[in-house]
Amino acid sequence: MNTREKEAYLREYSILKSQGKPFFPYSVAKDSIMAVVVMASIILMSLVLGAELGPKVDPTTTTYTPRPEWYFFFLFEVLRIIKPPSLTPLAAIGVPTIAMILLFLLPFYDRSPERRPERRPIAMAAAFFTIAAMAFLTYEGAHAGSPNQIDMEPPPAVLAAGGETLRMWEAGKQVVAQSGCLACHKIGENGNSLGPNLSEIGTTSSRQAIARTLVNPTAPMPSYAELAPEKRDALVEFLARLRGE
Amino acid sequence: MANLKPPLPRALRPQPKRPGEDDGKTKIGRKDKVAEKGISTLDWIDERTSLSGGARWLMFRKIPKGTNWFYTLGSATLFAFLSQAVTGVILAMYYDPSATRAYESMRYLTNEVFLGEFVRGMHKWGSSVMVILVFLHMGRTFFYGAYKYPRELNWVIGVVLLILTLFMSFTGYLLPFDQRSFWATTVGVAINGTGPLIGPYLNDFLRAGPEFGVTTLARFYALHMLVLPGAIVAMIGAHLYLVARLGTTAPPWMKAEIPADSRKDDA
Ligand code: HEC
Ligand code: HEM
Repeated sequence: MNTREKEAYLREYSILKSQGKPFFPYSVAKDSIMAVVVMASIILMSLVLGAELGPKVDPTTTTYTPRPEWYFFFLFEVLRIIKPPSLTPLAAIGVPTIAMILLFLLPFYDRSPERRPERRPIAMAAAFFTIAAMAFLTYEGAHAGSPNQIDMEPPPAVLAAGGETLRMWEAGKQVVAQSGCLACHKIGENGNSLGPNLSEIGTTSSRQAIARTLVNPTAPMPSYAELAPEKRDALVEFLARLRGE
Repeated sequence: MANLKPPLPRALRPQPKRPGEDDGKTKIGRKDKVAEKGISTLDWIDERTSLSGGARWLMFRKIPKGTNWFYTLGSATLFAFLSQAVTGVILAMYYDPSATRAYESMRYLTNEVFLGEFVRGMHKWGSSVMVILVFLHMGRTFFYGAYKYPRELNWVIGVVLLILTLFMSFTGYLLPFDQRSFWATTVGVAINGTGPLIGPYLNDFLRAGPEFGVTTLARFYALHMLVLPGAIVAMIGAHLYLVARLGTTAPPWMKAEIPADSRKDDA
């Protein structure tokens, strides 16, 4: 916007403003009606949906689903989609940071004086794309099995062995997914990197060493001594076969 | 011609009534006396603060032609925030921000206190309502091009408000200290830590140490109860000052009809 366009806008606006109605009581009346609607919705939601309190926090738990408030689902979904470890920081901080910077600077790169939506095709296209993407990600995030799900094919050796070995492997994968190891460990392209990456744990640790870690780990890793023996065996079997294949 | 009399000397002219003076003609009822008291109280305050000019400027400023219901979304957000503030204060009367007692205090509030679950529900769902309203309000200002000259700064302040609102939600989610809130926050904080440059520091700051521990809860509590609401109140103040100062935009399709008399002046 150059100086002439700015002055034209201010002139036009001052005329429109002088022809308007005073804030009190006209806008105040509308705002009050809206306030009543907001209050009624909140009260209704509280009455209908309540506020359940989940089970007490237990850092040593073996089954939980970390789930954020629904309006953060899209962020979780971005994380799930961009799984390679090297890309996770980009997904979690990079994408939101870039989106925020673009949002902050909007008035400084969109400087055209045009305000009518139908004459701002680029802005409208970008807006609809953003809304559609966020709606899609939120929907997917709401339905996806949360971040503790493991996408991984059995390694060739296990496939070749088939039968009991394959069954154990699948069972172990299930236990790992349910036990929340992914909150702290990376396995392949799944999980977070609070603790060591387990993708190749089978090459560095024996079955006994892994089993020992589960029963008697170093803090902050919780102990999984309570795990049922057959689950623990499956878990160890699964981990021991992680050789980065 | 009968009116052509010499003017009366000033001292003989009828004096206009002074405020509060009884001219003995109009009857003064009890209602008038109460009104009089109210007005004189306001006058007393105004004499010492000069607030009435500002209040008049705020309340009787003109809102341009054509504004519609979408313009109420901002004040609806403000209202949702006020509701959060009130219910939040009630929750704070029962909440105990220590790692060992937080869950118990919330359970007591939810199950034992009269209307406790109702107030908690209002705060919990109110947060969703507020987030939705912030986004809708942002959408309104975007589609109406309200972020353009001269309101750029108000858009920037708005984005700060959006981020603060989301941080409120993030910090509040941990406070009930049940399984879900604990694990979601553990993962959320760990994700923060993978961020570029300040990630690890932000992570340590949020957790109050290298590990997710007892002090983390106290830190989230302080952020959620003091720091973030204070920042939001300050930012809303600036936001609303700018709204009143610059005026609300007219819808983009409104065209000013040049008033007839001013067109004559141009000619
Ligand atoms: C709260 C976070 C957390 C959770 C949950 C967790 N771990 Fe760990 N784990 C760690 C940390 C941290 C270490 C590294 C401890 C150390 O420094 O010795 C570790 C170490 C290990 C090791 C040894 C790694 C090595 O290189 O020697 C194994 C194996 C392991 N974890 C398996 C698991 C499995 C299987 C699960 C799920 C049943 C699990 N962990 C859940 C945090 C966690
Ligand atoms: C806590 C959050 C917020 C509150 C309480 C709030 C409140 C308000 C109110 C009451 C108005 C008056 C006009 C209207 O209601 O539309 C307004 C205007 C405005 N807001 Fe917000 N707002 C918030 C967040 C935001 C956000 C997130 C943005 C955008 C990023 C934003 C950008 C604007 C702009 C540009 C205007 C001027 C609109 C115009 O003049 O037409 N606000 N705000």
